[in-house]
Amino acid sequence: MRYNEKELQALSRQPAELAAELGMRGPKKGSVLKRRLVKLVVNFLFYFRTDEAEPVGALLLERCRITQEEPSGFSICFMEDPERKYHFECCSEEQCQEWMGALRRASYEFMRRSLIFYRNEIQKMTGKDPLEQFGISEEARFQLGAPRGGNAECIGFS
Amino acid sequence: MKLNERSLAFYATCDTPVDNSGFLYKKGGRHAAYHRRWFVLRGNMLFYFEDRASREPVGVIILEGCTVELVEAAEEFAFAVRFAGARARTYVLAAENQAAMEGWVKALSRASFDYLRLVVRELEQQLAAVRAGDCAPPPRRAPALAPKENGCACAVWSAEPPAPGPPPPLPPRRRVSEPNGPLHAASFVRLHQQYGQEVRALRSRWLRSRYKGLLLDSKKRHRAAWVAQWFSAAFSPGCDPGDPGLSPTSGSLHGACFSLCLCLCLSLCVSHE
Repeated sequence: MRYNEKELQALSRQPAELAAELGMRGPKKGSVLKRRLVKLVVNFLFYFRTDEAEPVGALLLERCRITQEEPSGFSICFMEDPERKYHFECCSEEQCQEWMGALRRASYEFMRRSLIFYRNEIQKMTGKDPLEQFGISEEARFQLGAPRGGNAECIGFS
Repeated sequence: MKLNERSLAFYATCDTPVDNSGFLYKKGGRHAAYHRRWFVLRGNMLFYFEDRASREPVGVIILEGCTVELVEAAEEFAFAVRFAGARARTYVLAAENQAAMEGWVKALSRASFDYLRLVVRELEQQLAAVRAGDCAPPPRRAPALAPKENGCACAVWSAEPPAPGPPPPLPPRRRVSEPNGPLHAASFVRLHQQYGQEVRALRSRWLRSRYKGLLLDSKKRHRAAWVAQWFSAAFSPGCDPGDPGLSPTSGSLHGACFSLCLCLCLSLCVSHE
């Protein structure tokens, strides 16, 4: 699949929501744990070799599940193939919880559902649609209605 | 750079509702022809397929950081998705009619994760404000901050009188008697007498302890003067020194009694030196 790699590289240089050096192991059998600089920017998780400016790779964090792995790590797997897991090792339980929380909130779909929730609540309490001030109350992507997606697992929750 | 393309492809074709979809003409390169492709917008990803029935996208345009604008092009209803940067590519697309073009321009310019996050944060704050307003009295106007002078921001109070709210809560009082005891339904005079006796008892205890302190302290003259000053201030009508055990329940009568007691104590103390 073609994609605009230059823009993705530029994105990897943007300010991160969270960044740390973690142990990382790929999904392939026999993968070894490696130290990587891991950086969360919008709904992408970039990972760099610790001394390089360009990322080795990126993971789009949509339709994924974050699971805790003992003792102080977590894994990311994607809905279409839950057996393929990307493993991460943190240095403490706190760091692990911090990352898991941030990654679960990092998907576009999670953000969208939060927006719909707040819009609904504000409308219930005030009788007004808070999106009118932005001129986006008619946007298809923000409509209140039937919940989007089926499985709760596909939206970044474990 | 590696990318989880398989997951990306699944995201493109999953059965959840899309944010926009339709046929657009996509310019291949600077001098290339336009190709008709089926476009699907999901979140901040713009996927394009060979045709509507394709199971895998030909490619994806990651929209984070882009600007969308109308352009003059050979094709009608053309618009461009531009990125910042030296060798950044510009994607020129063309819709099949005016309405479709406008729909795409609107949808694409609001597609970024950053934009969504801003709106969510704004709504989060609004909801918190609405909830806070629901269970508390109306807040007073916050003071406007004047421009900084010498590095300090000076608060400027609003010229308008503060919004009338409920009266401030009464200071806590130590209840020596039970709130629902025999005096509950008694007349004001009886209550006044009862509470007055309790207060007098508390005050004499306090005075005795102070007297002992005064006898032991070599600077008691100064302290005595201070105490006298404090007492006279405490017992003048309308004044509340803040100590619930010692607050006068009424004005001048009790005040006079206690001032008298104090003067007697102090004169005793001074004469013993």
